[in-house]
Amino acid sequence: MSSLSATIQNVFNEPGCGKNANKSEAERKKGCTKQLQPGGAAGGCAFDGAKIALQPITDVAHLVHGPIACEGNSWDNRGAASSSSNIWRTGFTTDINETDIVFGGEKRLYKAIKEIIDKYDPPAVFVYQTCVPAMTGDDINAVCKAASKKFGKPVIPVNAPGFVGPKNLGNKLAGEALLDYVIGTEEPDYTTPYDLNIIGEYNLSGELWQIKPLFDELGIRILSTISGDGKYREVAYSHRARAAMMVCSKAMINVARKMEERYGIPFFEGSFYGIEDSSDSLREIARMLVDRGAPDDLIGRTDVVIAREEAKAWAAIEPYKPRFKGKKVLLITGGVKSWSVVAALQEAGLELVGTSVKKSTKEDKERIKELMGQDVHMIEDMTPREMYKMLKDAQADIMLSGGRSQFIALKAGMPWLDINQERHHAYMGYVGMVALVRQIDKALYNPVWEQVRKPAPWDDPAENWQNKAIAQMDIEAAELAADPVRAEAARRARNICNCKVVDLGTIEDAIHDHGLTTVQGVKDHTSASGGCGTCSERVQGVLDAMLAMPAALAAE
Amino acid sequence: MVAITTSKKACAVNPLKMSQPIGGALAFMGLRGAMPLLHGSQGCTSFGLVLFVRHFKEAIPLQTTAMSEVATVLGGFENVEQAILNIHKRTKPEIIGICSTGVTETKGDDVEGYIKLVRQKHPELENFPIVYVSTPDFKDAFQDGWGKTVARMIEVLVEVPAHLARRDPQRVNVLPGCHMTPGDLDELRTMIEDFGLKPSFLPDLAGSLDGHIPDEFTPTTIGGIGVEEVASMGQAGWTIAIGEQMRRAAEALQAKTSVPYRLFNRLCGLGPNDAFIMFLAEISGRPVPVKYRRQRGQLVDAMLDGHFHIGGRKLAIGAEPDLLFDVSSMLQEMGAQIVVAITTTQSPVLGLVVTDDVLIGDLEDLEMLAKERGGDLLITHSHGRQAAERLQIPFFRMGLPMFDRLGAGHLVSVGYRGTRDLIFSISNLLIADAEEHHKPTPDTWRITNAELPDTRIGVEAA
Repeated sequence: MSSLSATIQNVFNEPGCGKNANKSEAERKKGCTKQLQPGGAAGGCAFDGAKIALQPITDVAHLVHGPIACEGNSWDNRGAASSSSNIWRTGFTTDINETDIVFGGEKRLYKAIKEIIDKYDPPAVFVYQTCVPAMTGDDINAVCKAASKKFGKPVIPVNAPGFVGPKNLGNKLAGEALLDYVIGTEEPDYTTPYDLNIIGEYNLSGELWQIKPLFDELGIRILSTISGDGKYREVAYSHRARAAMMVCSKAMINVARKMEERYGIPFFEGSFYGIEDSSDSLREIARMLVDRGAPDDLIGRTDVVIAREEAKAWAAIEPYKPRFKGKKVLLITGGVKSWSVVAALQEAGLELVGTSVKKSTKEDKERIKELMGQDVHMIEDMTPREMYKMLKDAQADIMLSGGRSQFIALKAGMPWLDINQERHHAYMGYVGMVALVRQIDKALYNPVWEQVRKPAPWDDPAENWQNKAIAQMDIEAAELAADPVRAEAARRARNICNCKVVDLGTIEDAIHDHGLTTVQGVKDHTSASGGCGTCSERVQGVLDAMLAMPAALAAE
Repeated sequence: MVAITTSKKACAVNPLKMSQPIGGALAFMGLRGAMPLLHGSQGCTSFGLVLFVRHFKEAIPLQTTAMSEVATVLGGFENVEQAILNIHKRTKPEIIGICSTGVTETKGDDVEGYIKLVRQKHPELENFPIVYVSTPDFKDAFQDGWGKTVARMIEVLVEVPAHLARRDPQRVNVLPGCHMTPGDLDELRTMIEDFGLKPSFLPDLAGSLDGHIPDEFTPTTIGGIGVEEVASMGQAGWTIAIGEQMRRAAEALQAKTSVPYRLFNRLCGLGPNDAFIMFLAEISGRPVPVKYRRQRGQLVDAMLDGHFHIGGRKLAIGAEPDLLFDVSSMLQEMGAQIVVAITTTQSPVLGLVVTDDVLIGDLEDLEMLAKERGGDLLITHSHGRQAAERLQIPFFRMGLPMFDRLGAGHLVSVGYRGTRDLIFSISNLLIADAEEHHKPTPDTWRITNAELPDTRIGVEAA
């Protein structure tokens, strides 16, 4: 376990991450995700994250060493697509029992590996550690090593038991396993100056194939994707690429950075969500490959393809503009959090609500990403009633979000589109953006909304759950106002600034006592918004609410 | 505005339509102890018989007057007489229902006159219930034959209530169209009875062709509404007609007995069922049972879950007018686009279908137009299977005949619950189709030409 904790510490120290580099030594040790709250956590575990990250390697047998829950409850649940082998979708687990817990499960694991190799003969077996055998002390590294030697086949330990942390940490631990045991272990048949790695892309709904034809046209070879539609051998020889693109999320940043350190493969962080981002990414790839020795006509050819694809995409979006006029979108996402999606939606004539978005600078772009990220966390903490009120207040026509909030939107009779991992449609690149616009149009104009919003004929409209929810919240607010003790407690219980842990009561008191009118003023007096700064919007909201109150009331 | 056109082709290819006499014969099968009799050549009956056997997978009572060439020329009195006598003697039915066919209509047999003569010649038949309906093959379609037959049953069998006879407000007559399956009738019966009402279904296929195993072998229908119950339908408080095809029958009943009627031209979908449930609440004076409040919520939820799959679908449907209007409207309300609608016969409901044009045509028209207009969901009866195979689009079987799948009689589309389950069935078909045939591949988005993509609204990426 000491080596696992060392790996975890190592993963937390991520110089490739701008956010991480700005932290103090102590903060960095705490890791990059907020501490899990018992009773209030809903995300996946480290094992989940590791499995998600590696599972799209399609020709590998993914064996989960643990009780049935870890694999039995979760297998074949991801929408990654494969162009050849489907063995990755086969659920393999040791399904350990009481005897294995008492006497150790290593023998069973070894036998399981043997059975898989005998029956399926995959190019490699990935073995995932889980909490229970980690507790009883099964040494999967040793078992994998022995099995690998005995069977003459790579058997890769992925040491990310669920309890070490959240999903995001698991992604990184999976990356470490690749770096330690896979990458650099084989050689490609040949190399070209156009060899590219794509890291952190899972080929959900086959979306990588929305952009790959453009690479093919330009003569850029995707040497390896880690891990969407990946093959073991491709990952093993990925160290021979000339450049790498790290797609969007920071999930696999350790892989990209360490490959740069070890093999001199430069990388950049880019995204293929949205038109502008797709173009930026293509340009950057061309530039990097040319820097690394590819003929420099690549840049010109790339510009031609970009110009053509952009024109096609904008032309395809154009007819939707009149249909989107005046339509409002509530965008809540931690997944496809790309500015250029926002930009493209605005370009298509949609208005974004819920987050104050003005398009222009790079800083704005960063800000909106952060804001939307914050909203996701807010949503996760919301009760359905509160969420309904938010939807109603936003007066949005459609909500784009991850799967978790869909039922609130749907039950509130609001069109909704899934834009996170669980989605069924591919939204990457130029064609993907057009597909997204088309899906929004489809959802917005579906007559089903008119149908489902109709109250039951025997119901008093005042009695439906939506109105009851609003009424209930009004009552609670009134009760709170009437009960000074509870009101005070509620004020103190609601955090506005998460970094510096400043509650609403403190901020309101400061504003009142010192007659503050600006966010800076609040920051000076309470240090709220002095951390990451993303709560300054909320602080401004508190200020606005206080300043709007009649002076007499505020003076009380 | 819907343009309703009739195919100008001389040759119908892969027909959608079936003939009137067997629509009439099926209606007679909803009577207890009935023996339907087609007045025509043997083949008229045997084709219909085989069709119903394959659809319901049950023994079907259906007889023929077995007109020969000579009998056809000279007139069919003797054949009708012999058929009635033989059936009456051998199978001891409670009623004989006679439908004419193309052959005997072309000759111009006066079957009503024949029946009078038969009754005169054979006193034992004087009061025996016999209903005759004129259903020439060369006119109209299956659902017309059904509707006309039910209207004739009412004209012949229902007794005119004595002056000022007291009505039973709890009794309700239900006149279902032929697009209602035995399963639909059972669902309707449950709904009506849950409001404390006592329904009389005419015809009642749920009793005869619902696939139950009878206690003893009978050559006639094994269940259905009894002749005496039909006779007393004038005592009901209300008549509920389901499907525009039943208007004629409902009006006949009103004219004869003054029982008012309410016609529901659809019972699949949220709005139509809201109206239906509220009507039951109104005529029964009872509140809506909790069960239906829950079912309504379940349907709304099913619509939300299903709209992701049904929304944007381009529906190509071939069905008789009432079924076409009912099912296509429900799907249209969930975001499907009706791109092809092919039907068999004229009907006022065709004008209500939310589409540009409805064609009275055949399955060739359905197939060609579906291809031309990019249909990606096909709904018709089992004969659509060849078209579906060629078009390679998901195919949902609805209507009669459904000979290559089980459970045709129990496919329910009425009520909140039936609509809910139908949405699930169709959505699941679409999900399975996506999984089997539309998984993305590395070539899905490959650029095949440098032309601009299709920029029309709603066009899916190639």
